[in-house]
Amino acid sequence: MSGSKSVRKARVARHISALPPSGIRKFFDLVSTMDEVISLGIGEPDFTTPWTIRESGIYSIERGHTSYTSNLGMLPLRREICNYLARDYHLDYHPEKECIVTVGVSEALDIAIRAITEPGDEIIYTSPSFVSYPAEITMAHGVPVPVATKCENGFAPDAAAIEKAITPKTKAILVNFPCNPTGATSSGKALKQLADVVIRHDLLLISDEIYSELTYDETHVSIATLPGMRERTIFLHGFSKAFAMTGWRIGYACAPADLIDAMKKIHQYAIMSAPTVAQEAALEALQHGNEAKEAMRASYQERRDVFVGGLNEIGLDCVMPHGAFYAFPSIRKSGLSSEEFAEKLLAKEHVAVIPGSAFGPGGEGFVRCSYATGLEELEEALRRIGRFVGKAARK
Amino acid sequence: MDKLLKVLSENAPIDLAKVAKAAKLTEKQVAAKLKELERSGLYHGCTAILDDAAYDKEQVRALIEVRITPRREDGFDQVARRIAKFPEVSDLALVSGSYDLLLTVRGSSLREVANFVAAKLATIDGVLSTSTSFQLKKYKESGHMMEDDEEYERLKVCP
Repeated sequence: MSGSKSVRKARVARHISALPPSGIRKFFDLVSTMDEVISLGIGEPDFTTPWTIRESGIYSIERGHTSYTSNLGMLPLRREICNYLARDYHLDYHPEKECIVTVGVSEALDIAIRAITEPGDEIIYTSPSFVSYPAEITMAHGVPVPVATKCENGFAPDAAAIEKAITPKTKAILVNFPCNPTGATSSGKALKQLADVVIRHDLLLISDEIYSELTYDETHVSIATLPGMRERTIFLHGFSKAFAMTGWRIGYACAPADLIDAMKKIHQYAIMSAPTVAQEAALEALQHGNEAKEAMRASYQERRDVFVGGLNEIGLDCVMPHGAFYAFPSIRKSGLSSEEFAEKLLAKEHVAVIPGSAFGPGGEGFVRCSYATGLEELEEALRRIGRFVGKAARK
Repeated sequence: MDKLLKVLSENAPIDLAKVAKAAKLTEKQVAAKLKELERSGLYHGCTAILDDAAYDKEQVRALIEVRITPRREDGFDQVARRIAKFPEVSDLALVSGSYDLLLTVRGSSLREVANFVAAKLATIDGVLSTSTSFQLKKYKESGHMMEDDEEYERLKVCP
């Protein structure tokens, strides 16, 4: 051991050392070395933020709005957020006490988990899931408990399976519908059953609804609107997906005042306030971004129809995703693991998809394909995947 | 002017297959609808959006504001139609405000456009005055930006 590096204890905290590196990171490194790759591995919109929103960000800087805002975020923005949720989600939150503006929905997730988790508390989440969920829970000294959603149920949450995973240590359930990576939505009976479990066991629910505007074929229903759920739900949302604002890092959380108060404590010590320029741009998004948002939604839907139809035609079974911009086809027929499939597809046909296993134990046997890319590229990707699957089948 | 560009600037053919796909119709349906739209006067053909400065540095475009005396029997129509017939005039509209007609005139040199204004346009009976502005740079036409934003590379893979 080098003398200069020696410290009394391990330099890196053990619970951080033990975190596995993101399965996506490995793929990112691989893809970065290759040319002419069609990437279906991008978890963000392919649109640039609509001009009216960008312009109001520029205007904010021009006017010299470069200082902190209040910890919770600019009140006009919080008011507009609550109006938006009332109008489009039938949610009723008080802008002064029940809403906090955050650095992307990622920060909202982080402070929600930290606000409620004591060491050893278990948080159940549906898997496959967004890659951060288990890591976030672990970093808060909680215990992540994955419960698989199944392809045959369209990856909807399985309330009975979730209920089985509940122990005296369970503190909360974390869900994300529409879901990254499966594109699954949840409404009607499945949502009602999940709410019943949460209430029956007196738990909290964190609902990450970042993709909710990108719902097709049906209307998005927030679980917080179900009877008895508002008081125990932390609703997470943001601007990244629906308004194509990923790089602005702007999101929010709404919840009963005691929970927002606790989250505010962490936020004020760790962050102070979300970027002012992004807050002003977000205000513009809510006030004048609706038309652009709808146009982008329609475009994703069109591409989904082409792409998912194409996947099924070339023999990769894919349930119709009703939300987000991901297709999650089964690759089991290829006889390969999802990681092998993704690596070989990249090497042979230069198409990047993400192995389902990167999204947790429920993802093995599937790959995530983002269809937030040009229609012509999607069609070319389908041709290449078709060729690859044909060869794999003959092998 | 390059022959291809000339054809495109006068009447660019429509890619029926592409239009049909985008509009979720068959090619036959698109062709029939176009005929119908043409007959009803809604559709007048399709021209390419060209940045003329990019292929011909001498090519000039001028925006000309024209004041005219309306006639008792048909208002501005007769003079406007007469002006519109000149091939040099690519666009013409009657507008409200401090002048009556707004024209776009194209020519292969400044002199050619100046001659057109002095010899043809200004001498028409009923034309009271003209004011010519030469276009220096085009930024946007028919909803299309003439310059693309710089390529901005996104991450190829992200969660």
